[in-house]
Amino acid sequence: AYRTDEGQPWVLPVVKKVEQMIANDNSLNHEYLPILGLPEFRANASRIALGDDSPAIKEKRIGSVQSLGGTGALRIGAEFLRRWYNGNNNTATPVYVSTPTWENHNSVFMDAGFKDIRTYHYWDAAKRGLDLQGLLNDMENAPEHSIFILHACAHNPTGTDPTPEQWKQIAAVMKRRSLFPFFDSAYQGFASGSLDKDAWAVRYFVSEGFELFCAQSFSKNFGLYNERVGNLTVVGKDTDNVQRVLSQMEKIVRTTWSNPPSQGARIVATTLSSPQLFDEWYVNVKTMADRVLLMRSELRSRLEALGTPGTWNHITEQIGMFSFTGLNPKQVEYMVKEKHIYLMASGRINMCGLTTKNLDYVAKSIHEAVTKIQ
Amino acid sequence: SSWWSHVEMGPPDPILGVTEAYKRDTNSKKMNLGVGAYRDDNGKPYVLNCVRKAEAMIASKKMDKEYLPIGGLADFTRASAELALGENSEAFKSGRYVTVQGISGTGSLRIGANFLQRFFKTSRDVYLPKPSWGNHTPIFRDAGMQLQAYRYYDPKTCSLDFSGAMDDISKIPEKSIILLHACAHNPTGVDPRQEQWKEMAAIVKKRNLLAYFDMAYQGFASGDINRDAWAVRHFIEQGINIVLSQSFAKNMGLYGERAGAFTVICSDADEAKRVESQLKILIRPMYSNPPVNGARIASLILNTPDLRKEWLTEVKGMADRIISMRTQLVSNLKKEGSSHNWQHITDQIGMFCFTGLKPDQVERLIKEFSVYMTKDGRISVAGVTSGNVGYLAHAIHQVTK
Repeated sequence: AYRTDEGQPWVLPVVKKVEQMIANDNSLNHEYLPILGLPEFRANASRIALGDDSPAIKEKRIGSVQSLGGTGALRIGAEFLRRWYNGNNNTATPVYVSTPTWENHNSVFMDAGFKDIRTYHYWDAAKRGLDLQGLLNDMENAPEHSIFILHACAHNPTGTDPTPEQWKQIAAVMKRRSLFPFFDSAYQGFASGSLDKDAWAVRYFVSEGFELFCAQSFSKNFGLYNERVGNLTVVGKDTDNVQRVLSQMEKIVRTTWSNPPSQGARIVATTLSSPQLFDEWYVNVKTMADRVLLMRSELRSRLEALGTPGTWNHITEQIGMFSFTGLNPKQVEYMVKEKHIYLMASGRINMCGLTTKNLDYVAKSIHEAVTKIQ
Repeated sequence: SSWWSHVEMGPPDPILGVTEAYKRDTNSKKMNLGVGAYRDDNGKPYVLNCVRKAEAMIASKKMDKEYLPIGGLADFTRASAELALGENSEAFKSGRYVTVQGISGTGSLRIGANFLQRFFKTSRDVYLPKPSWGNHTPIFRDAGMQLQAYRYYDPKTCSLDFSGAMDDISKIPEKSIILLHACAHNPTGVDPRQEQWKEMAAIVKKRNLLAYFDMAYQGFASGDINRDAWAVRHFIEQGINIVLSQSFAKNMGLYGERAGAFTVICSDADEAKRVESQLKILIRPMYSNPPVNGARIASLILNTPDLRKEWLTEVKGMADRIISMRTQLVSNLKKEGSSHNWQHITDQIGMFCFTGLKPDQVERLIKEFSVYMTKDGRISVAGVTSGNVGYLAHAIHQVTK
């Protein structure tokens, strides 16, 4: 979760404002939402992902399912794919997740019934970057129709994203081999500060004619973690196909949670549908993104100034909440035990934990870890 | 060509679909007796005063939006358990239970169903009363369980087929799962009397069945939360370690906030901890952690003495209005000149009433009178008001005379 420079949780000012508006509106009640969710939320959420000028939206070949956070959107998508993709109830369709990935990806698809969850190359520890060749090779060798979980931006946990040119190569292979793109978009806006930039990959795939799913989370970019606001965007070939897909997703939703929670969706819908509130939100999002970007550049410059062995450009080339520092497990242990800096054994740090007050200490500690421990 | 060419159009959801059809109707006399959402005597949704107060308190506290634990808001789950089990319950006081927050009743049922699929070793079979809430079957099926039935409703008398139920339950293979509606049976409104519950508990215990209670209307049936939870508490007192799904959609009017809970009564606190760990493993890949808003409201109400008192009064008020509408419907039917016996309307309890109407009669009510209900003849009495009860009686009489 995001933290301010004081190390505190941050409720976005626009969220506070909209919550007050909702609290003051006596015409509102707590009635059930439709199964697929609040219509104004669904339309706006998908518009954010696909872009105002999205041809898919204009051609009315998109659908949306309001979900319980990004996890819920992934689960509904996974349950649907297991029932209807690549045949009927084909639990043998391979599902590919990146190495590494958010660990819950595996559980979501397993619990949805998929029996064959595989990995694709992603993180190159030696060069501390994307193993593009490994990734492309895995896609070439994957059985046709395999499902690939792609991180739309701010890859969790490495912070390493393909460049637009690399995404183009990925899309070309996926198209040629009929692989299904399932995007996980948990950080749109939060990563670069630009909604459009962070959605570039998703939109590119749409422009290339793919049918795809995109699981969206509003936990981070709206700071609405505990309200469970998410959306599954479905892009199809035409209206008719999308309508049938949505009708089957409705059945899945009905046996999982019946209909989604209203509070978070109302906040997001109200914000996104008002030009003024939308602008305020954008500023709030940029505040968060900019602080993280600042911490990245400050950490990198300190490490370089200290002459810490190795290269540290990956700290600023990576993006989003997390960074794969490249520290090995022994160095991590040193950080935890001797310096009381908590990070994952993988070397992943949460950039939100950095503040102007602790930057020096963290940089010095990394320096010590790298120089003392090999 | 599309990946989805072979995907069939799903049928509209029978229950929520009724409301959607109602909304499209332009007849000014239309009545929505479909989904079980309470309406006041003006036919309007009712936001409880205690809910508004709780919301104001929450707004003033300026809390953060950090993730809840996977198992939900602790103050909420503890208060939910206490509400169901009773504060003097040995099971509650000893801590030999686990309660996790669920996405209202459906989500809680589904967590339980998934848990049973993974950990209930002795049977795949869940026995539902005939009839049961329409969504029970697909929930358990999607979780990987099989559905069976025991006799429950007697269409000849529009009341409980007690001997049929006892006969069927006594033949359920040992160590199977039996689902019971704690109170205000949905869709029939027919509940066993306490004496009958005692006999059912005895046979459930004798056959070593897992009793899965669905309690969506605590407070709504009789207006008394303790009376409505009597069966749940009796089973536990008889040494039956039940599992339980609770909803706060109706009794607190928190429908769209999705406040609910799933409880497992265990042998001891240690077992409860182990069960809890497995429930979390099921929840995490579904939606990670539950939504806070409804749980916070419910928790504040249950844990603040003044608000709790106010809530008890309001829930009784809702139950009383429903009981009064039942009475008025029967007297209006008599006034219309109906010769049928409509006593079951006042004998039944809770939000729903199994009118005994046949599908073709229901279709006429919808098409000719814009009176919307589910095909099984179930009406939501909560949708009846003193302003429209006459019209309803008239319409029912027209299709049944």
